[in-house]
Amino acid sequence: MDKIGIVSYGANIPRWRIKTEDIASVWGKDGKTISKGLGINEKSVPSMDQDTATISVEATRAALKRCSINPQDIGAIYIGSESHPYAVKPTGTIVGEAIGATPDLMVADYEFACKAGTAAIQSCCALVKAGMIKYGLAVGADTSQAAPGDALEYSASAGGAAFIIGSENVVANINHTYSCTSDTPDFWRRAQRKYPAHGGRFTGAPAYFKHITHCSTNLMNIAKTKPEEYDYAIFHQPNGKFPVSIARKLGFTHDQIKQGLIVPYIGNTYSGASLVGLASVLDVAKPGDRIFLTSYGSGAGSDGFDLSVTEKMNDLSRENAPSVFQMVEDKEYIDYGTYAKVTDLLYWE
Amino acid sequence: MRDVAVIGVGMTKFGELWDKSFRQLIAEAGAKAIFDSGIEGKEIDAIYVGSMSSGRFVGQEHVGALVADASGFSNTHIPSTRIESACASGGLAIRQGYLSIASGMNDIVVVGGMEKMNDVVGASATETLATAADQEWEAFFGATFPGLYAMIATKHMHDYGTTKKHLAQIAVKNHANGSLNPYAQYQREVTLEQVVNASIVAYPLGLLDCSPVTDGAASVVLCAADKAKEYIDKPAKIVGSGQASDSLALHARREICTLDSTVNASKMAYKKANLTPKDIDFAEVHDCFTIAEICAIEDLGFVKKGEGGKAIDNNITTLNGLLPINTSGGLKAKGHPVGATGVAQIVEVTLQLRGEAEKRQVKDAKIGLAHNVGGSGASCTVHILEAM
Amino acid sequence: MGCEGVARFWREIPQRYNFIGNKCGSCKRIFFPPRESCPYCRRKSMGNMKEIKLNGKGEIVTYTIIHVSSEDFEDQVPYPIAIVKLDEGPQITAQIVDCNIDDVKIGMKVESTFRKIRQDGSTGAIYYGYKFKKVNKQ
Repeated sequence: MDKIGIVSYGANIPRWRIKTEDIASVWGKDGKTISKGLGINEKSVPSMDQDTATISVEATRAALKRCSINPQDIGAIYIGSESHPYAVKPTGTIVGEAIGATPDLMVADYEFACKAGTAAIQSCCALVKAGMIKYGLAVGADTSQAAPGDALEYSASAGGAAFIIGSENVVANINHTYSCTSDTPDFWRRAQRKYPAHGGRFTGAPAYFKHITHCSTNLMNIAKTKPEEYDYAIFHQPNGKFPVSIARKLGFTHDQIKQGLIVPYIGNTYSGASLVGLASVLDVAKPGDRIFLTSYGSGAGSDGFDLSVTEKMNDLSRENAPSVFQMVEDKEYIDYGTYAKVTDLLYWE
Repeated sequence: MRDVAVIGVGMTKFGELWDKSFRQLIAEAGAKAIFDSGIEGKEIDAIYVGSMSSGRFVGQEHVGALVADASGFSNTHIPSTRIESACASGGLAIRQGYLSIASGMNDIVVVGGMEKMNDVVGASATETLATAADQEWEAFFGATFPGLYAMIATKHMHDYGTTKKHLAQIAVKNHANGSLNPYAQYQREVTLEQVVNASIVAYPLGLLDCSPVTDGAASVVLCAADKAKEYIDKPAKIVGSGQASDSLALHARREICTLDSTVNASKMAYKKANLTPKDIDFAEVHDCFTIAEICAIEDLGFVKKGEGGKAIDNNITTLNGLLPINTSGGLKAKGHPVGATGVAQIVEVTLQLRGEAEKRQVKDAKIGLAHNVGGSGASCTVHILEAM
Repeated sequence: MGCEGVARFWREIPQRYNFIGNKCGSCKRIFFPPRESCPYCRRKSMGNMKEIKLNGKGEIVTYTIIHVSSEDFEDQVPYPIAIVKLDEGPQITAQIVDCNIDDVKIGMKVESTFRKIRQDGSTGAIYYGYKFKKVNKQ
């Protein structure tokens, strides 16, 4: 039996962008300073006909275009998101139907702030390893919400990535995975509230940095690896600063994280954030490349992955779907008025 | 089959009739037609009424009985039938009345058509009109009713070089005709610039390319032709009647710019009348949008396919042209209370044949045609009338 | 709008998500949406219509830009609607997205994309289905 890992992957990023400076000017802030401070130039915005379900379907269809697996062989779908279109009614059912995987499969939606997508990958790995399914589909996608005027408004964006997990024709082996969890209320959204709330600077040291450091260090201990052994590293990217800072602290160089650092161009896609980064790395990775990924989900926890790109990567038709950077470039700017309209900030009866 | 004639006509004013209810409108139009014919109420064998969507516009179905009741016939218990075929409901009602007499079943019938559209707000009216389109495969995806005709227009412009100016000229012509019709919703002229520069509804169609939302009712009395002159001096004989259908959705048609339902209904009517398009002196055609008049004069055989735009350039279809089209102002200026339209067309043709069309009278009007379309062309009736 | 429309949408999901049409076993013509019988072969086609998945690619036959929409689409105006001739033959009506309005042209090659089409207000069901976008040259 081959090792378990990623059989194919796909991403989806809505075309609309709004510039950090355009948001800042509405609130009387200095856009240049904010943009520099956050390391975010602009963010993706979903049009009114895009949501987590459509992004998940498009990302999965891209993954299916790149390989030749029969969707009927997908035995499990887990969609990680904190913006599922329905509070009750699974996004995974919509995705399953739209990719032709129904009816013989298991489906559930996941939520763990920004790391629900990596949790979905772990579940799929376990099911494949247990022999319960041939392939599993894990998606991390969001159309993130942010209250108008809140700091998150500059970063909360839309996008996602899908990964087909299996043990045949694996293009990237998942050598090791490790998770850590604690009860840390750094960011949350109460049931039936429209916008999330957060603990401000508390989201930093005791939350993002503590968990990613703990998870990454332990993962490297288990894998018996050092940062320099990896060709690429991806960290959860709520803004452009945190991942750069954590990479440096852990001993990774900027060259290692560059390919997977997408947040400056599209913002924080929450459950999609680290996974869109992984998709970007897979767009260019060569057989033999080693990839390190640690996600972070507020609340809080981290999932770490140690991956090795296989020879099978040469057989994957990566050109059958647009690369992450092609989608980053395919954009149309909107103004704040349009942004307010499409993200439902304007509320009237 | 017996010949059938129109012996009485009547209609309400068309427009935003805030103080008139659905039942008042049809009662008024029916009474006018009956008085015009000189018949006695007890001579009426049956009523046929066209209404597209009374259920959505005023929340009232079962309008066959309602019309008989509102018109004072609840105590005579005569058969009263409601006909629905979207915007061709009126034309179909005429045809049903015609067939019932032609078959020998009835001698005298009253045909009515009505719609009370202004009791709902604009967006709701747009939605109701879109029910004439394919709900599952057109409207569901965001196509509006003007949008469907706009797609015909885009294709006509692309294939035949028809221009936005051609479309606008039709609105200008029909408003000019409407200005001469005291029953019209818009009795004012518009300029080419006004039409071309009007706000866009569905590119390339602007606001003044579209027929308005209208309240109104129209009615005619039909009678076996051999008895017609017992009632009035100048009956108008229905010498041809045709009806045809096509796919509900525009996208499923053989050809986007050709309404095969018009082609087939007119063939049927010409054949019955033993006439050709050249024999027609004037016509009321279904111009729910300006592009629809272009398609109509092509599909009725008056001009070649693709030359409908040029016909207006050459003033063929103006009131004093070789073939006046929509002397009443058409749906565009007279107004388009959907269920009433097909009946109101027969009213206009009859008035012209009688020589009673006043300022908009066509000279030597002997043979007139009425063309009524349902939806974007899924149903159609054509009637040809001749002065007796 | 309430919840009563749910079944009506649900039964069209194979078409709206995955372009499931059908093919006449007699004359081989392809239909979308699928038909109970072939209008060309009628009796001969009864019980002989076979399901077929279309690829969701095609070409714009004609189009319009909707500026005045029904209530459900008011937040999207102006938006293009086109008749698309699918590669397999059938023509359908759909919205064109992800492009500048001025780019929409007769003859433009398009491919389907999965989008939210409409919803029953803020509390009702969400209906997904196909829209089309310009084929990206890769």
